Amino acid sequence: MLKNIVLLLLIFAIFGVTSLIAPTFASGYNLDIMARWTGLYGIMAIGAAFVIIAGGIDLSMGSMVALVGVQFGILINDQQMNPYAAMVIVLVGAMLIGLGYGLLITKLKLQPFVVTLCGLLVLRSVARYLAHDDKISNFVTPDGGTDISYLTSADFLWIPLPLWMLLILGLISALVLNKTTFGRYLKALGNNEQAARYSGINTDWITIAAYMVCSLMAGISAILFAIDLNSVGPNEAGTFYELYAIAAAVLGGCSLRGGTGSIVGVILGTAILRELYQAIETLQVSELEGTVIGFVILAGVIADEIIRRVVDARRRKQEANAASG
Amino acid sequence: MSSSSPPFLEVERISKRFPGVKALSEVSLAVSAGESIAVIGENGAGKSTLMKILAGIQSPDSGTIRVEGKPVEIRGVTDALELGIALIHQELNLCDNLSVGANIYLGREPKRLGWIDQAEVNAQSRKYLEQVGLKIDPRTLLADLSIGQQQLVEIAKALSCNAKLLIMDEPTSSLSAREVQRLFEVIQSLRASGVSIVYISHRLSEVHQVCDRVVALRDGQNSGELAREEISHDNMVRLMVGRDLDQFYAHQPMTPGEVVLSVKSVRTHAHPGHEISFDLRAGEIVGLAGLVGAGRTELLETLFGIHPPEGGTIEVSGKSVSIRSPKDAIAHEIFLVPEDRKQQGLVLPMDVGENTTLPGLHRLSYFSWVDPRQEQQLAEDMVKRMRVKTPSTRQIIQYLSGGNQQKVVIAKWLAMNPKILLLDEPTRGIDVGAKHEIYELMEELARKGVAILFVSSEMEEILGMADRVLVMHEGAMSGELTRDQLTEEAVMHLATGQQLTAVE
Repeated sequence: MLKNIVLLLLIFAIFGVTSLIAPTFASGYNLDIMARWTGLYGIMAIGAAFVIIAGGIDLSMGSMVALVGVQFGILINDQQMNPYAAMVIVLVGAMLIGLGYGLLITKLKLQPFVVTLCGLLVLRSVARYLAHDDKISNFVTPDGGTDISYLTSADFLWIPLPLWMLLILGLISALVLNKTTFGRYLKALGNNEQAARYSGINTDWITIAAYMVCSLMAGISAILFAIDLNSVGPNEAGTFYELYAIAAAVLGGCSLRGGTGSIVGVILGTAILRELYQAIETLQVSELEGTVIGFVILAGVIADEIIRRVVDARRRKQEANAASG
Repeated sequence: MSSSSPPFLEVERISKRFPGVKALSEVSLAVSAGESIAVIGENGAGKSTLMKILAGIQSPDSGTIRVEGKPVEIRGVTDALELGIALIHQELNLCDNLSVGANIYLGREPKRLGWIDQAEVNAQSRKYLEQVGLKIDPRTLLADLSIGQQQLVEIAKALSCNAKLLIMDEPTSSLSAREVQRLFEVIQSLRASGVSIVYISHRLSEVHQVCDRVVALRDGQNSGELAREEISHDNMVRLMVGRDLDQFYAHQPMTPGEVVLSVKSVRTHAHPGHEISFDLRAGEIVGLAGLVGAGRTELLETLFGIHPPEGGTIEVSGKSVSIRSPKDAIAHEIFLVPEDRKQQGLVLPMDVGENTTLPGLHRLSYFSWVDPRQEQQLAEDMVKRMRVKTPSTRQIIQYLSGGNQQKVVIAKWLAMNPKILLLDEPTRGIDVGAKHEIYELMEELARKGVAILFVSSEMEEILGMADRVLVMHEGAMSGELTRDQLTEEAVMHLATGQQLTAVE
């Protein structure tokens, strides 16, 4: 809770400071871009949060963005498929990939890092193969086909649709995480897989489900990225996105040790990263992007550690007072 | 003791305050050269703070420490070691992946031209290993040793630092009876060579065997001392808890009901070469004795579905059942309180309530949505029933004492009305008061018709609590003892693989 308030204050602070230096930062155009892209990246980051809370990692999300985007475009352009049907197909495909990761990790007991690292290489390369190493474009408003460009460009109640999607998916995810047995089991197994198993929880199935949710989220954002740009380059699409997603999750309070994380935090974390990116662009120092974002995440993690220690010390003091009093 | 030479170590009116709490209040203690004393007390009595101060891990707020009559300040572990004081932790601080010699000299490797002098390491290590009675090659990988041998390596390491006082914190908690005897022999020979021992243990019978004198702590203060001839279980318990504990073991034998669990020719994954068969009746408390590594934990884990059986059949109330996972076992109301509370029993960063309701959460939910009121209600009921000392059910469980944590592990299953309860070392590392409560609970459950099978390495517990004892040796069931056959000697004979007829 406290952490989320700090993140929110940080969002306002970055906004204030950047607007002072470069007033154009506060323009409607800029705000619109930030809102849309927070939506797109945020959906991925929520997916990343699920596997991170389960104590895992998915390094292949960026490649997944490329593969799903390419396949989506091909289905519409080459197969003349209805775009909504194409969405269902690619999302099912994405979830099957997540199922594969989950099975390899739980049944063969392979390390998530290794499995999804291989996924990163394989998915990207399959995307290039399917697209003949060329850009797939103009599938959003094909001649005589269905126009789906509104999905990323339209507004509803002055808020861009991608941001609505993030908020709705975020709400569902937060409810699942905090109010259902699945969410509780996910946290328990992320903290201590053995204790969860000894409590009769089917930890394999919960882990597999986490990877499937992650792949599904990556797939949804992949479709939205593809629609927003109306073009997918199999070589460029989604590169490093998995790292942005993981960074947003960590900034939002997920521990890579597993077991902890809040969806609100992840959304705020994504917003900060997008805001910083936009600020850097506005200030025309884009070569410093990595430096700024890297240091912000580092500062966030350090602040988190310090707060944790202070809270811990205060708790011990209270307990001691209670014990002696 | 002659008054001419001062004791090796004197601690005088040591106090230590942590923010808001007095962990130690004017505690005094003295140990002579070659003397072995026990420091006893319930969890939280201040034993570990005192030991940490002596080992230089923490520093006292006031009071004096004298070594060989000279006042000293112990500012760090290095200071303590230079004074000859070494602490042997409950959990061993050794590296599995290194050789025995490398472990003994870790951080103090003898060098030649900048390279580690391996010959010197091995020669020196061998000397200290012999001193603790270990005839092993220093080049052996530590991981290849038993826990008991690793403990002796840790002692050898302390000796190589020229230790004159060894503080042993629960040294026998993971040792088999035979390894314990070995350790005691080593302690005796060390004492003969002038090394002093400060022995901390929850196992009061051991204190009786190893120590010349007992120093008891309660609530951070000295609560009394016992001389050699005064050491008895009752006296020690009285000093620790400040009251008499009549009938520490609550068990009243009773007539068992019908067979609820029937294990027939089951082979565990750890010892697939042995077939194990036994029955468990409703309302019966059966002890499972044996040395560490005899396959007791593996047997319980097989019955609970952690590792599916390699063969044989398991029958619950006369019906053959398939147990391939804990979920299956739970469906047949077979529950396990595992050996390792922190790794297997609890999710430490979660709160008391969440831990309590974890195995039965699906019963408190509709279409997988948890009903928070029902959950809260169950957690509060269990905390009350188990008398868990916690500020609330929202307390993060890692901040509770071992005894209270263990009560929560048991509460997890109690909330689900067990038919068959498997307990693996249910009282390991918890204080006397909590132990007694757990015994009472076992008794109460048995009275209600629950069948209880418990593994214990504490002889007193086996003798005191069991209606019947099964003994394992190297993966096989080596015998069964009824209550009237039950003696320490009989259990040890079976546990070490001898025939029962050889007892007489």
